Amino acid sequence: MFSNLDFTNLDLQKLVFGRLSLADIPYHEPILLVTFSVVALGGLVVLGAITYFRFWGPLWRDWMTSVDHKKIGIMYIILALVMLLRGFADAIMMITQKAVAFGPSEGYLPPHHYDQIFTAHGVIMIFFVAMPFVTGLMNYVVPLQIGARDVSFPFLNNFSFWMTVAGAVITMISLFVGEFSRATWLGYPPLSGADMSPGVGVDYWIWGLQIAGVGTLLSGINLVATIVKMRAPGMTMMKLPVFVWTSLCTNVLIVAAFPILTAVLVLLSLDRYVGTHFFTNDLGGNPMMYFNLIWIWGHPEVYILILPAFGIFSEVTSTYCGKRLFGYASMVYATVVITILSYLVWLHHFFTMGSGANVNSFFGITTMIISIPTGAKIFNWLFTMYRGRIRFELPMLWTVGFMVTFVIGGMTGVLLAVPPADFVLHNSLFLVAHFHNVIIGGVLFGMFAGVNYWFPKAFGFKLDPFWGKMSFWCWLVGFYLVFMPLYVLGLMGVTRRTQHFDDPTLQPWFIVAACGAVLILCGILSLLVQIVVSIRNREALRDTTGDPWGGRTLEWSTSSPPPDYNFAFTPVVHDLDAWYDMKNRGYARPLGGFKPIHMPKNTGTGVILGGLSVAFGFAMIWYIWWLAALSFAAIFIVSIVHTFNYNRDFYIPADAVVRAENERTAVLAGRV
Amino acid sequence: MMHTDTAPPGTAPVFHLEEEHHPETSTLLGFWIYLMSDCLIFAVLFATYGVLGRNYAAGPSPKDLFDLPLVALNTAMLLFSSITYGFAMIAMDKGRQAATQAWLAITGLFGAAFLGIELYEFSHLIHEGAGPQRSAFLSSFFTLVGTHGLHVTLGLVWLMVLMVQVGQRGLIPENQRRLMCLSMFWHFLDVVWIGVFTFVYLMGVLQ
Amino acid sequence: MSAETAHHGDGHGHHDGASHGSLGGYVTGFVLSVILTAIPFWLVMARPIESALWTGIVIMAFAAVQIVVHMIYFLHMNTKSEGGWTILALIFTVTLVVITLTGSLWVMHHLNTNMMPMSAHDMRHAP
Repeated sequence: MFSNLDFTNLDLQKLVFGRLSLADIPYHEPILLVTFSVVALGGLVVLGAITYFRFWGPLWRDWMTSVDHKKIGIMYIILALVMLLRGFADAIMMITQKAVAFGPSEGYLPPHHYDQIFTAHGVIMIFFVAMPFVTGLMNYVVPLQIGARDVSFPFLNNFSFWMTVAGAVITMISLFVGEFSRATWLGYPPLSGADMSPGVGVDYWIWGLQIAGVGTLLSGINLVATIVKMRAPGMTMMKLPVFVWTSLCTNVLIVAAFPILTAVLVLLSLDRYVGTHFFTNDLGGNPMMYFNLIWIWGHPEVYILILPAFGIFSEVTSTYCGKRLFGYASMVYATVVITILSYLVWLHHFFTMGSGANVNSFFGITTMIISIPTGAKIFNWLFTMYRGRIRFELPMLWTVGFMVTFVIGGMTGVLLAVPPADFVLHNSLFLVAHFHNVIIGGVLFGMFAGVNYWFPKAFGFKLDPFWGKMSFWCWLVGFYLVFMPLYVLGLMGVTRRTQHFDDPTLQPWFIVAACGAVLILCGILSLLVQIVVSIRNREALRDTTGDPWGGRTLEWSTSSPPPDYNFAFTPVVHDLDAWYDMKNRGYARPLGGFKPIHMPKNTGTGVILGGLSVAFGFAMIWYIWWLAALSFAAIFIVSIVHTFNYNRDFYIPADAVVRAENERTAVLAGRV
Repeated sequence: MMHTDTAPPGTAPVFHLEEEHHPETSTLLGFWIYLMSDCLIFAVLFATYGVLGRNYAAGPSPKDLFDLPLVALNTAMLLFSSITYGFAMIAMDKGRQAATQAWLAITGLFGAAFLGIELYEFSHLIHEGAGPQRSAFLSSFFTLVGTHGLHVTLGLVWLMVLMVQVGQRGLIPENQRRLMCLSMFWHFLDVVWIGVFTFVYLMGVLQ
Repeated sequence: MSAETAHHGDGHGHHDGASHGSLGGYVTGFVLSVILTAIPFWLVMARPIESALWTGIVIMAFAAVQIVVHMIYFLHMNTKSEGGWTILALIFTVTLVVITLTGSLWVMHHLNTNMMPMSAHDMRHAP
């Protein structure tokens, strides 16, 4: 690799462009050409619309440079939804390929392309759909639920978002310039090493994850500090809303796990760029160490994804059953226990790598133990529903769908936890069905429940129920159609990550799965229609009270949407379910006496650093060393210059607060 | 602040603060949490060194390479820098800006000495053919010790920036908070170094 | 930042609950650290103890003690800081570090033992 620094043979093109050349643009791949046209067209439409509605100014001033947790939360969720479309496109390509590629038919995706698709699908769904979705909801809701005005470090919050976007951008660029990794979403060596993957694919993968990982880690630190330090007076730890507890544990996991991913990716990068021998097959390297380390990160990662969903289900269940959540204390303990135990199970991801019976038994047992606190949670939700006045609004539908679906997925997980069973099922379609079962049934259903639940808070009108129900049923039925056949196929011995099969008796199962995928596509389209229809019909769906569901936690005490400052006066908390307590004990909203409010200023530094990170990542991928050095130096300098700005806040004047609050008073009065 | 339930019966308890609420600064806790995450990065590097550290690939081993007197000197440099930073914090507490700056500068010099010695050691090893590409042992050695050195380097840059900022604005609360964060960072690096000189250098030579 | 100064403006030593050292504390910590560094170096360079195993155990113990010394005298670690959250975070992190280190060593030892290349003869005679 360093041979291009041979100055006796100075190649100008290599110096300026690194290993990038025109040949890296995939002119000859029709699928990519079509994709590019669609994306370019769509992009032009969006840019045109922004220009037409003169939205560039507000976009920059009010959104991109905003340090407001509410705006940042919304932007994270928009990112997640956009990337969901890309990740799902990958999914539907894979399942259709598998449904047709039997015997003499090779399908339309050769292995070279198919391998990139399953790699990208995993990376995008985990890092650029699930993580931003979860982060976005926590960002939006947690400060409101603890009675705070914002997170502890608002600028860091903005920066974290743009780093995540930068990672997503780098990943998306790989579609049109060069190629993506073919080494699976976890990039196992030696396949991901310099010898076997010398091209740019794995480097795209590394830099996308590293840059996004910085954002995630900082976000984790931010939310932990926020929950510890910014709670309203009277909100002791055991009066925290359950969603805040699960967010706390999630962010603790983020802080504790993501550094491990960062370090492992650095080691792999050193192997690829410098020629070290961490995970090589020669000179003392040990690829098995990579598996060990990456799964020490990987297992806590899946709990990072699911815990916020559990928190959402707790909030939703208690709200729509009109009852306090059953077993609050045990929910808290269960969450904390899951957090700690998630560090003791990682080897179950590689039972078959050969660590032997003693080691496998230990991790098999811990894996089975970790299912117990989750079981306790399910019982608590059921007991909350028992004798409650259940309203089957959309969030509740998603919750019930989750309960059934996730339990099945959990049970197959416990099945896989038995090492001898895993020896048969490891890396089969059974495993694929299991993790999709828990991630879709758990995480995704939770996110959809959360979006439907808190959308009226964020935007002042509910989401359209008809299209929401359409989306729900398409997703639910579609999910079972796709993945139940996969369980069967896995038990029959079919391996994952294959794009062609010789046994034609397997085909019917794959066809059923493909039909399910089409249903899920309808579910996604229904979601998009739901959003459009809701915006069009927003007056009919309008909520002026700020509390459309009869909520129990503090976010429902604010207007919908809340003012920039969240609360005109910091709430004082006396009990669990603080807003429910306030409503029951004669809370009267203050109508005067408003003071100026201290707020952080917007800043463009986060966007700039994100952009520079994209440049740096691109340069490192393509060996454009001058650009790498320049962008790195720029990142360094911009960061240092930023610290010289001590003027980072301002006061919302009292009369602005008065105006906002009086407006709300009028709206509330008019409502009656 | 009124947040007790001592309202007379029949009246609602107080549900909001009249005065503007100023939560305690999160900066110190937030930075401590960041340091904990940094601990885990080093944990991975130590684990990697632990697992791969005996894979010499028929190349040089610690006994062949490590110069303990030099490492002892290096350790001394870092330890001195820790106490001089401590003196800087004491001066800061007393509001003595010039003394603070002086002790910070001396800390910087000790830190720079540490880095200089380490760079000399690294270049010597590479020169002898014992670079990071030679074996897994050497890859893990250079990465673990090098990452620590990189942290020290960033700490020094931060130190210099802070000296400029203190020079410009004095020991205002914001700058004091930053100095306290750097203090935590600096001492944390010395803690990691204890691990490094024990497990890498001393244990390496012992085998 | 004038509002900040108005509320947190007491410049003499109150930093929102963070503790700080005294001259005596820093000097004590320094002296202890010097001793706890010098002895391990001497043990390895002069080898007064024959057994490498025991030398290793002793210097590891010294390292652990010196880390605690640093925590107390330089980092001012105590159970009150930030309402106990500082030490809670430390305990949690140390636990995970121990799990990562011992877990990795244990797992990799087993993997290496079982999975390193063996000759055909060894394979035939494996249990």
